[in-house]
Order: sequence, then structure tokens, then C-alpha cells
Amino acid sequence: MKIEEIQEELISEFAMFDDWVERYEYMISLGKTLPLIDENLKTEDKLIKGCQSKVWLNSEMNNGKVHFTADSDAIITKGIIAILIRAFSNQKPQDIINANTAFIDEIGLKEHLSPTRANGLVSMIKQMKLYAVAYQSQLNS
Amino acid sequence: MPFNIQKIRKDFPILKRKVNGYPLVYLDNAATSQKPQQVIDCIVDYYSNYNANIHRGVHTLSQEATDAYEISRQKIQKHFNAKNPFEIIFTSGTTHGINLVAQGFSEFLKEGDEIIVSAMEHHSNIVPWQMLCERTGAILNVIPMSEQGILVFSEYEKMLSEKTKLVFVNHISNALGTINPIKKIIEKAHEVDAAVLIDGAQSCSHIKPDLQALDVDFYVTSAHKMCGPTGVGILYMKEKWGNKLPPYQGGGEMIAEVTFEKTTYAGLPHKFEAGTPNICGGIAFGAAIDYLNEVGFQNIEKHENELLAYATSELLKIEGLKIYGTGPDKTSVVSFNIEGIHPYDIGTIVDKMGIAVRTGHHCAQPIMDFYKIPGTVRASFAFYNTIEEVDILVNAVKKAKMMLS
Ligand SMILES: Cc1ncc(COP(=O)(O)O)c(C=O)c1O
Repeated sequence: MKIEEIQEELISEFAMFDDWVERYEYMISLGKTLPLIDENLKTEDKLIKGCQSKVWLNSEMNNGKVHFTADSDAIITKGIIAILIRAFSNQKPQDIINANTAFIDEIGLKEHLSPTRANGLVSMIKQMKLYAVAYQSQLNS
Repeated sequence: MPFNIQKIRKDFPILKRKVNGYPLVYLDNAATSQKPQQVIDCIVDYYSNYNANIHRGVHTLSQEATDAYEISRQKIQKHFNAKNPFEIIFTSGTTHGINLVAQGFSEFLKEGDEIIVSAMEHHSNIVPWQMLCERTGAILNVIPMSEQGILVFSEYEKMLSEKTKLVFVNHISNALGTINPIKKIIEKAHEVDAAVLIDGAQSCSHIKPDLQALDVDFYVTSAHKMCGPTGVGILYMKEKWGNKLPPYQGGGEMIAEVTFEKTTYAGLPHKFEAGTPNICGGIAFGAAIDYLNEVGFQNIEKHENELLAYATSELLKIEGLKIYGTGPDKTSVVSFNIEGIHPYDIGTIVDKMGIAVRTGHHCAQPIMDFYKIPGTVRASFAFYNTIEEVDILVNAVKKAKMMLS
């Protein structure tokens, strides 16, 4: 599926819930489906800066597509990163670079989008895009 | 004045706010307090009616502003029971005051001298002492704390010697709420002729200190922790220190005479007050002190102790909940975690229910390292909080626990 299609799917899934409690519960359950980073990859250089909780993010490229794995010690953060990984993993680097992130707002998680928010959602997106830029430049060279 | 919580709450316009659809429950008072209408009115009145630069003009407005600023200094002097108004130096806040003292001590320290700080300091306040040690070759010693979050006094006594030049301790720890025995700490330091600087940022809203009775050398605090505005605070220094310490910054207000050959400095407190100060802030600080005294520190203490006792016992009923900072002498701060749940997750969920608590390391990384935790959830109560708000917090934490485990 294309990134936009996955984002549409996420928006319609979250639209089923009436209140924030249900939305958060769903997000927490998505966190449990997160493709976990290998324990031995949980190193300092895989940590994303700017989060109050710890977030490790790893990427690999296979057949021209970027695959992300991650983990966090906080469960809500895990949910957020699971949403991001569902949207951006298994995609071509150029598509990740071009992807829009307005869907976060539309699924009702707007409060996490502020760059000053301690959860680092913005840092996570930036880090995913940076990996994509690095892979794209490998492809170009 | 009898303590009427509903009347007091009406003084704070922000308490009428809704957050995420719920009535605001503000339990982050250790970070900053809310402001009563009386203080807000004072700020509006200053800018509406007599804004002018101080200590400079002969015109009426300047005179009125100067008078109000100096009257405020006297109010602060009386409140903290300093001997003289000129021993109260206006600063931009606690951090500024600490840096001013640390900078001044550069001239008095030599290699091998010692400075003592406690293990429960705000970590940004450890940095000025580390920098001072780097500049002078002095050594920094740290008073350890126990599992309960209490300073180990016997260790402190062992550290003191004729090499000790300065002791820096907060009156109350912002992360744990522990009240430190500052009177005893000061007495012991004076036995070896060491100076003492007390950080009152966390205590000034709960306890009215008597600086002369404490016989402390330096004391710092911030107005914003005690219902005043941000960006203003005080550094108290005993007159003898005021005369000894070199000025910190050069500029207007702090000079007596300037020629290109030589400048003579103004006397206290102006020697340390270079440039146009936060005039409005200084005046409003006085209004905040008036307000708190009208509420009454005895009333404040009694009410906050009730909140603390109730919150502690109700929170402890939640299975797996652990409180950090369990000494007998505490102010109304409850720092906690629930087993297996990250403090950030709890903070996020309770915020969705309109409750403002702090999560994280509370600028006290060494304390978090001591307990080997990433941080805590910290609820800190003020006199305008209610028992009902404690119930709201406890229910929200229970709900968060259900959602998160
Ligand atoms: C114990 C303590 N010291 C110092 C500070 C710093 O105060 P300010 O930021 O107003 O300079 C704080 C503020 O959180 C504090 O709790």
C-alpha cells in the first residue's frame, strides 16, 4: 500500500472512536504490534534525542525499501511510533522523504505534534526522514 | 483571617479554566505558582499609571516608580526578616542569585579549598559550583542522602573542615519535598567559618524564613514560586558579604562615578543591580508577599499538610505505587511511580483529564540516578488546591493505571 493509503486507513480506524479514552486505548494496543528492535541494537546511537521516554529506532534497506524497527520504555510512545512505522515502513526512501504528516492531526493526536512536546514525535518523524535521505543518496550514487 | 478555600480560589482567575474539556486541576506548583488577581492588578496598574525608569529621573512618574520599587524591597526585607533593606538585592530569579554568589567567590577561593553541596540539588544549580571549582581549583563535596530522601547529617559533619569555604543547600528539595535542617546546617558550617547559601526556591511559598535567626550568609529565591511574576527574585546577603563581594555585572545603576580612568561603585544594593531592572516584577513581588501574608503562612501550612497527608494515604492505596521522599519533614510534594509504568505515560493520561502534574527528572538527575529510575510523576500542592482535587488526581491515576497495564 502507498503511504497515503495507509494514512487514510489509520484516519478511518481512529474515526470509529468517540472519545480520547478509546483513541488512546487503541493507540496503546497498536503499540503492542510494534515491530520490535533487536535487543542488541538498543544502543546509544539508536536513541532518539528529545524524548522524555527512551525511543530506539533502527532502519534497514531491503530491495529498495526501508524497514523500521523500534521500541520505547513508555507505552504511549510505543503506540505513537507504531503508527509512524505502519505509515512509513516498507516504503521507498523517496516516498518517505515526500510524505506528509498531517494525518497525525486528523487522527486526533494533534497535541503530540507540537515540537516542544516532550514525547519527541516530531523528532521521530525527523529521524525516519533522515534515514530515508541517507538511503536515497546511496541509491543515487 | 480565617481560611476560606472557596474565597481564595476566586482570587485566581486561571483556576476557572478548562483543559481538554475538564476543569483545570493545577498540581504543578513546585514548577511555578499561579497568580492571584491582586498581583495581576498590580502589574496592570504599574503599566497603566506610573511606568517609568527608576533611580534616574526627577520627574513625578520616575519618583513614583522608584518609591514603589523601594517600598517593595522593604516589604521583602520585613517578610524574610533581613536586618536592612539594602541586603535585599533584586535578581532575575534564584538561578541568577546563585550565579552571582558563585562568580563573586572566584576571588576568595584557592586550590584545595572546598565547597559542599547536597545530593538533592536542582541540577542546574550544581553547574555554577562546578564552574567555580574549575576556575579556582577548589573541590566540590556532595552530602549524600538516604533511601528515604534525607540528607545524612553525620556525613556532612565529617566533610566540614577549615578548608570548607562555602556550603550550598536547598531548603526544600523540588523533586522530593524533603525539608532540610538548614538551621543546623548553617550552625555547623559557621563553626568552621564557612559561608552558607540557602536556595529557598521551593520553601518560600510554604515557610516564612527568619533570615536573621537563621544567621544565614546568603539566601536566594524566585518570585514566581510564591504567586509573583516570573523573571524576578532576590538575593539576600549579609551586609559584610555585600561589602566584600565584587560586583557581578557592569552597567548603569551600579556605579557612583565613572571616568575613563576609574569607576567607583555604588553602595549596596545598587552595586549588584546593573542596568534597568524588572521594575514591574519587583513591585508585583511585593504585592505577592502581601497577598500570601494576608492568607497567612500558618493557614497555608495547615491546609497544605492536610492535602499532603490525604494525597499520600489515598495514593498509597493504589497497588504498586511507590512514593519517593518519605521523610517525616516534608512539604506538599508527592513524587511517585507505579510499578511497570513509565511516569511519562501517567502524566500524558492525567493531562487528558485536565490535571497538570510534572513528569520526568525534575531537574534533579542525580536523585533519579540514586533511585535508578527514569523519573517520577510529581504532584505538588498549593494552598489553593482542594481535597476534591486530590480525589480527582487519585481517580485519574487509577484510570491511567488501568489503561496502561
Ligand atoms: C530548588 C530550586 N532551585 C532553583 C530553581 C530555579 O529557579 P529559577 O528557574 O526561578 O531561577 C528551582 C526551580 O524549579 C528550584 O526548585
